[in-house]
Amino acid sequence: MQNRINQLFQDKKENILSVYFTAGYPKLDDTVTIIENLVENGVDLIEIGMPFSDPVADGPVIQHSSLVALHNGMTIKKLFEQLKDIRDKVNIPLILMGYLNPVVQFGVENFCQKCAEVGIDGLILPDLPLNEYQEEYQPLFEKYNLHNILLITPQTSEMRLRQIDEASSGFIYMVSSSSTTGVKNNVSDFHQDYFERIRQMELKNPRLIGFGISNRETFENACKYAQGAIIGSAFVKALDGELTLEEKISNFVKSIVRTA
Amino acid sequence: MSYQVNRKGYYGEFGGAFIPEMMHPNIEELQEKYMEIINSYNFRQDFVNLLKHYVGRPSPLYYAKRMSERYQSHIFLKREDLNHTGSHKINNTIGQILLAKALGKKRIIAETGAGQHGVATATVCALMGMECIVYMGALDVQRQAPNVKKMRMLGAQVISAESGNKTLKDATNEAMRDWINNPVDTHYIIGSVVGPHPYPDMVARFQSVISEEIRWQLDEQLGRELPTRVIACVGGGSNAAGSFYHFLDEESVELVGVEAAGKGVNSGESAATLFLGKPGVLHSSRSIVMQTDDGQIIEPYSISAGLDYPGIGPMHAHLFATHRAKYLWATDTEVLDAALELTQLEGIIPALESAHALAVLKKIDLKPDDVNVVNLSGRGDKDMETYLTYFGY
Repeated sequence: MQNRINQLFQDKKENILSVYFTAGYPKLDDTVTIIENLVENGVDLIEIGMPFSDPVADGPVIQHSSLVALHNGMTIKKLFEQLKDIRDKVNIPLILMGYLNPVVQFGVENFCQKCAEVGIDGLILPDLPLNEYQEEYQPLFEKYNLHNILLITPQTSEMRLRQIDEASSGFIYMVSSSSTTGVKNNVSDFHQDYFERIRQMELKNPRLIGFGISNRETFENACKYAQGAIIGSAFVKALDGELTLEEKISNFVKSIVRTA
Repeated sequence: MSYQVNRKGYYGEFGGAFIPEMMHPNIEELQEKYMEIINSYNFRQDFVNLLKHYVGRPSPLYYAKRMSERYQSHIFLKREDLNHTGSHKINNTIGQILLAKALGKKRIIAETGAGQHGVATATVCALMGMECIVYMGALDVQRQAPNVKKMRMLGAQVISAESGNKTLKDATNEAMRDWINNPVDTHYIIGSVVGPHPYPDMVARFQSVISEEIRWQLDEQLGRELPTRVIACVGGGSNAAGSFYHFLDEESVELVGVEAAGKGVNSGESAATLFLGKPGVLHSSRSIVMQTDDGQIIEPYSISAGLDYPGIGPMHAHLFATHRAKYLWATDTEVLDAALELTQLEGIIPALESAHALAVLKKIDLKPDDVNVVNLSGRGDKDMETYLTYFGY
């Protein structure tokens, strides 16, 4: 079966919206509800965050959601239980995102096998660098048809960009500016030169831009330079408040995407 | 058996550089350049000069006569507490500030637990006229108040880390986040033999001056370079790494690291990583880490803020796994008693961290002819409030 990530990028060339949320936040059992509602509102791709106690690449919003999720009792085992029947309900690509240590404790092969069983299409593990991935993990990821999504930043050298492009199979996660997640970006702050430079490199993989995408303006601007963009902290923040989960998700996605 | 780091940054199965891509350019630059820089003539000149004239090295190797009588065995104290700023931490910060200058960096960040590394970093930043930001857990800001004030007087900005248990691990998280957000002009002076390769090796090299001196000082005093054993406390493990370094390949020398057992190894309030942890990845290296079955990091506890850390340097994990070094632990109360004993027998008030190394003298079968070197890594000024409260003076 073709990986759903590749299918998505074949079918849709622009304005792809990917949304991140932390599994187990706001409530332990919200995972499936959040996924279903994101799909209903037209999101193209979902990144499900596996909370970690020490998320060094994340800013305050995702640090907080991770802490609450762990406090609620979220674990990788629990997450796989929640996702058991997810493929009866949704068809869009699903990615798990998190830090290496919990995955290693779960057992990497066991983890990959579970991912394949529930229908996960890719992984983003920010603290698993390219060389370690290639030396130890790549065969397992490939065996279970999981794309490893690698990050690039404005400081990534051209040579390394080419290596990352070569080693990537789903898409490249283009970090808008070197930062932790949830940094406030103004459109004018965007490294437009960097976006343009990368666009001109004609990489073989499609790209999504993430970090600092928080509203329609930043989303649309990012979409000018890549196939789409990723929203994380802004969405997690939007899950706060009084409305129902359904209302909050619908309001948020509508605030980003113009309805045709 | 090699106890040195290999080309890929590993000590056996431990080490590596598990960094997010945002840190890659800085780490790659360090990996490629650190050996060349620290072996260069100019660097060696500056480093040795500053250690001698600014830090006050060599630090004495003191034969503790009354302690030796008490324990019926020869006890030498390596007096790192007499260094400028009061601990071994300055050896590393002098090395790293020179390295940062050679790399053209303008801004320095650091994490600190007890505040000793923070003070040592703020000191070398003042010396070199560089901007300095120190991250410190909010709890440590409270329990190590004098060091916070010192850092501020030295011109550093102290930022309180409010996440997690608000101690050393959380300060390290915040420093890493700072580096991710400031990828171009900033150097991160990590204070221990932890973090991604090349930090564990680099910091061990800067601290190795401790064992280099012990060898010739013993030779001078006893006519032999090798002691029976070397004892040092271990949090991340930098003073132990420095005092073991030049003895690693001398298999006759017993190496003893002492972890902080807090209220007891199995009390749930402990920082004895090697006894309670298992292999895992924390702060960008694979080592032994205190964690739950789900791989979440467990918050440690120790009376000593400098040892209150759920990980340990990969070099120590390797020395532990290969049995080259032996690791013991000491509880808070054993440590307080050991500190008082040294104070009243030798007139030296040790830091709480260093008192862990003293505390295991009671747990080792010391022979009359043994030559024991205890690394007295820091002085007790910063811990006076804890001592006074406990002993009621």
